[in-house]
Amino acid sequence: MEYTPSGKLKMSTYIMILVGIVALALGFVNDHTEHHNAFWANLLLNGFFFMTISLAATFFIAVQYAAEAAWAVVFKRIFEALMAFLPYGGIIVTIVLAMNSAGVAHMYHWMDPEVMDPNSEHYDALIAMKKPYLNQVFFWIRTVIYLAGWIYFARYFRKKSLEEDQIGGESFFWQNRTMSAIFLVFFGFSEMFAVWDWVMSIDVHWHSNLYHWYLFATMWLAFIALSLLITYYLKGKGHLKEVNDSHLHDLGKWLFAVGLLWAYFFYAQFLLIWYADMPEETVYFKLRIKEYGGLFFGTALFNFFVPFWVLMSRDAKRNPVFVVPVAILLFISHFLTYWLVFLPSATGGHDHLSFTDIGVFIGFLGAFLLVTFNALAKAPLVVKNHPYLEESKHLHI
Amino acid sequence: MSDKILYAVFGDDEVALNAAKKVTSEGVHVSDVFSPFPIHGIDPVIGLKRTRIAIAAFIYGTLGTILALSGMYYFMIYDWPQDFGGKPNFTFVDNVTSFVPITFEFSVLLAAHGMAVTFLFRNWTLPFMKAHNPIPESTDDKFVLEFRASENEKSLEEIKAMVEAGGVERIIEKEA
Repeated sequence: MEYTPSGKLKMSTYIMILVGIVALALGFVNDHTEHHNAFWANLLLNGFFFMTISLAATFFIAVQYAAEAAWAVVFKRIFEALMAFLPYGGIIVTIVLAMNSAGVAHMYHWMDPEVMDPNSEHYDALIAMKKPYLNQVFFWIRTVIYLAGWIYFARYFRKKSLEEDQIGGESFFWQNRTMSAIFLVFFGFSEMFAVWDWVMSIDVHWHSNLYHWYLFATMWLAFIALSLLITYYLKGKGHLKEVNDSHLHDLGKWLFAVGLLWAYFFYAQFLLIWYADMPEETVYFKLRIKEYGGLFFGTALFNFFVPFWVLMSRDAKRNPVFVVPVAILLFISHFLTYWLVFLPSATGGHDHLSFTDIGVFIGFLGAFLLVTFNALAKAPLVVKNHPYLEESKHLHI
Repeated sequence: MSDKILYAVFGDDEVALNAAKKVTSEGVHVSDVFSPFPIHGIDPVIGLKRTRIAIAAFIYGTLGTILALSGMYYFMIYDWPQDFGGKPNFTFVDNVTSFVPITFEFSVLLAAHGMAVTFLFRNWTLPFMKAHNPIPESTDDKFVLEFRASENEKSLEEIKAMVEAGGVERIIEKEA
């Protein structure tokens, strides 16, 4: 059961990439923020967003192995294909970080040596206190560890899965299971520190303990939404005959559950800061509510109420008429919540959502889909020889 | 009103499920099933409708939401306005952010307890209710199908022959 993406699909992704390149160029020209911060933040936002979808795919595969779960084995190849963008997203993120390090972009205030220098007029004692952690050398060591670690594990899982197809036997499953347990520990820490380093340190004076959970829920949800959409797409094209209603129901449940998980993290973070009402903490929300109030509350309410009300019943979770639009809308809405994480901080509230931002998003989505569908075409759509394959085919809930 | 009942006792859930499938395909009605744990996939075979406990849970949850919000409105805003760390009081809207966790918890509490009580009540297994359990081994390691003469066109003798072909361990007949 080999799969080849149709010419129409490939053409659409090329057009989307073209739109993205044009939008990126227009965005650079039209960017009136200081040091083109909006442009760089947009690049980091999209690179990070799509890279972390791949990261969430790696995480999800590891969870399936560690729990010895069978339900998703028949369409595991979709999860594997979604991991494929990890190195590409990593390159984009690295480029933006390198540009900041080199002083071309100025998103990270702490990278400016003057704020650390007590003799300079720009000296900032609060930032200088963080120097043992926030300094360029340590920052780059950490960045290399995260990216190299993630890519290593993602490639390992994929490689063993392909070898299992060729050779068979249980050994590949157990190897992947052991590595999954190690990866989950590594992921738990690396994701947290990566989010602090790359994203939270844009607001170098501000911190929040729930921040990485909040971003993690978005990456997980975006991954679930995409794997659900690709599964429905492939089923609509007549592939994946082994995937039955129960598998799709389970994916719908994940969409519902992770959607509510996001709302929980969002609210927990917001409530504590609202309640304590300390100026150094509320500054983060003050900027967003003042400059982007509609978008901020709009996406937050949307991200909670739409999955909650639409996907609550069992019948809705099994019906593509409900699940597919919700998955698409949540994917877009969660991208916008990420936009609100990156852009206001990087530009100090001087940049608003524009058509070029949407164009860049479309371009990255096109590139992501191209990479994903190319990865799907490289291996049979259904794994062979996986010890839980037979159980997965008979999933019934 | 006398009725004849036939209990077919099985030692394995798969065997009981297959026997149930076989007899129902020939038009026999299975009146009830007793088993130590849920037998996966038997509900549609014996013609059970999907459970409506989810609807009950939704109603209990909604009730919890309404009770929690109206309770907090009365306690905290109307009856004795409370001051939370300098947050504006006397208005519900300005304080609702801090009411959300309790509203959530109370909705979950009522939904969970309501579901449990409804489930036990529907099964007639609330505390102090008399257990309705014809074959006590069905709480241990036996799986029992119940057939009633009044609910079947086929005679119990015919049903007995069918389940015997399906690997039954023991057959018990009772008058009710």
